[in-house]
Amino acid sequence: MNSRTREKIDSLLKLIFKGAGFLTITLLAGIFFLLFSNSILFFLDVSPLDFFTGSQWDPDTHFSIIPLLVSTFWVAIGSMLLAVPLGVLTAAYLSEMAPRSLQTVLKPIIEMLAAIPSVAIGFLGIVLVGPGLAQLFGIQNGLNALNGSVLLAVMALPTIVSISEDAINAVPKSHREASFALGANKWETLFKVTIPAAFPGLIAAVMLGLGRALGETMTVLMATGNSAAIPRGFLDSVRTITATIAIEMGEVPYQTTHYFALFAIAGLLFLITMVINLTGEFFANRLRKFDA
Amino acid sequence: MERKHFVNSFFWFILGGSTLIVVSFLGIILWDIFSKGFSSLSWAFISSFPRDGMTQGGILPAIIGTVLLTLITTLFSVPFGVACAIYLNEYAKPTLLTNIIRASIRNLAGVPSIIYGLFGLALFVQALDFGTSVLSAGLTLGLLSLPYIITTTEEALKRIPNSLREAALALGVTQFETIKDVVLPKALPGILTGVILTLSRAAGETAPILFTGVAFFINGISASPYQEFMALPYHLYMLSTQHNEIEQVRPLAYGTATVLILVVFSLNSMAFYLRFKNRTQD
Repeated sequence: MNSRTREKIDSLLKLIFKGAGFLTITLLAGIFFLLFSNSILFFLDVSPLDFFTGSQWDPDTHFSIIPLLVSTFWVAIGSMLLAVPLGVLTAAYLSEMAPRSLQTVLKPIIEMLAAIPSVAIGFLGIVLVGPGLAQLFGIQNGLNALNGSVLLAVMALPTIVSISEDAINAVPKSHREASFALGANKWETLFKVTIPAAFPGLIAAVMLGLGRALGETMTVLMATGNSAAIPRGFLDSVRTITATIAIEMGEVPYQTTHYFALFAIAGLLFLITMVINLTGEFFANRLRKFDA
Repeated sequence: MERKHFVNSFFWFILGGSTLIVVSFLGIILWDIFSKGFSSLSWAFISSFPRDGMTQGGILPAIIGTVLLTLITTLFSVPFGVACAIYLNEYAKPTLLTNIIRASIRNLAGVPSIIYGLFGLALFVQALDFGTSVLSAGLTLGLLSLPYIITTTEEALKRIPNSLREAALALGVTQFETIKDVVLPKALPGILTGVILTLSRAAGETAPILFTGVAFFINGISASPYQEFMALPYHLYMLSTQHNEIEQVRPLAYGTATVLILVVFSLNSMAFYLRFKNRTQD
């Protein structure tokens, strides 16, 4: 091949790569555009005031996101109450105490936990966690918010552990040495120096775990009972935004108010998870600056 | 001295105990599913169609459906994802625009999977009129996979030292030839690890395929990409919540869960092995 054809091939391929890059980005931007435009079509039919202040989600007459939004946060925050202490303590164990050989075994095990499909976790909510909760609390069935929280905690743990571990590892050794030099023991150093210093990174871990829990569909769809009312306790059945979309989208006629309503609640969920993930990333970036 | 001893064991207990709980979650999940699922496994289970209103028979169409689906996902997301990463890492200059693009790609990885399902429904099923089909569902999962593939590929490309590129360019090789003959071969194990992990995740996804083409049951299998399909994760969902005889089909649900987890774990082990080999080479 002479150099002219080689150069032609080179510029052609540069164009192809560029095209692929821009096509990808266009498609991804399309998601945002679609959610946004369909939400606007929804708000032409239903006033935003009803959407954000009502208390009933009933696809024939009332489109209020409040019961769904409360349910979504109820389950997700419950899962964080379980997963954050467990995850941070595990990360502390892994980075500060575990011998190297144990680390190399434990880390892939925790990563494997993240690989289990959400539908399999939801299945366990039905056959294992549900009956367990029913027996424990003496209730009819265990398909409720608590069940969803337990399952989402299991799913969020790998994220929380791995980011917390990075955060704890990133605390400079000199901090610990200074603390030891002042006569603090291992535990005082861990809880009063290392963990507070790692705090921004721990916030990142919680945020990214929360983002995952808020957006999860199958586990909550299978394990929480799906009644669309504002929950009063953790033993109430709840119906999250994701579960509502999963249940109703299959049957809704194309381009009706109900159809657009499902895009509107998806749009709101998109915004919420984006803000939470961006917050998480902001704190994770501060962690990286720590290194420098 | 007594007190110090007590404090020490107390904290050991708390930290080690938490770790033990987290690890035992995996143990409980696998124990429950495998101990009840392995008895359902047989050659007939993975090689026959469901029978008698899905209370008997096997999961062959669900296995084939998941393979076909993952194939379409791969064909769409791998070329575009890798090309996009090559563009970002090798060609694009580090401007504000490329930084914004990178940030949005990272954030798209955090978008709930059901939202990709909605987008797939509106774009592939309705606007492009592919109908509810394995093609629509595969493309939807492809979109979901793109951000992961782009991010992991870019990371693999970043690990290739610039001196290699400069050496190739100094020899008078064009930029594309540098990428094709120098950068890509060296980055291949890293790219492959990311691709396999992404596909294992896509194969286990249920929410994005719910309204883009997955079916309760199909009679036969044709090669058409416009047919509806069965898939392992959806089959598990259906058997455990939507079936009329939920208690009766429970062994089938356990068997399906076992197959699904085995598929996902073998893909993950492959990726872990590649990553391990890649690291020890460095």
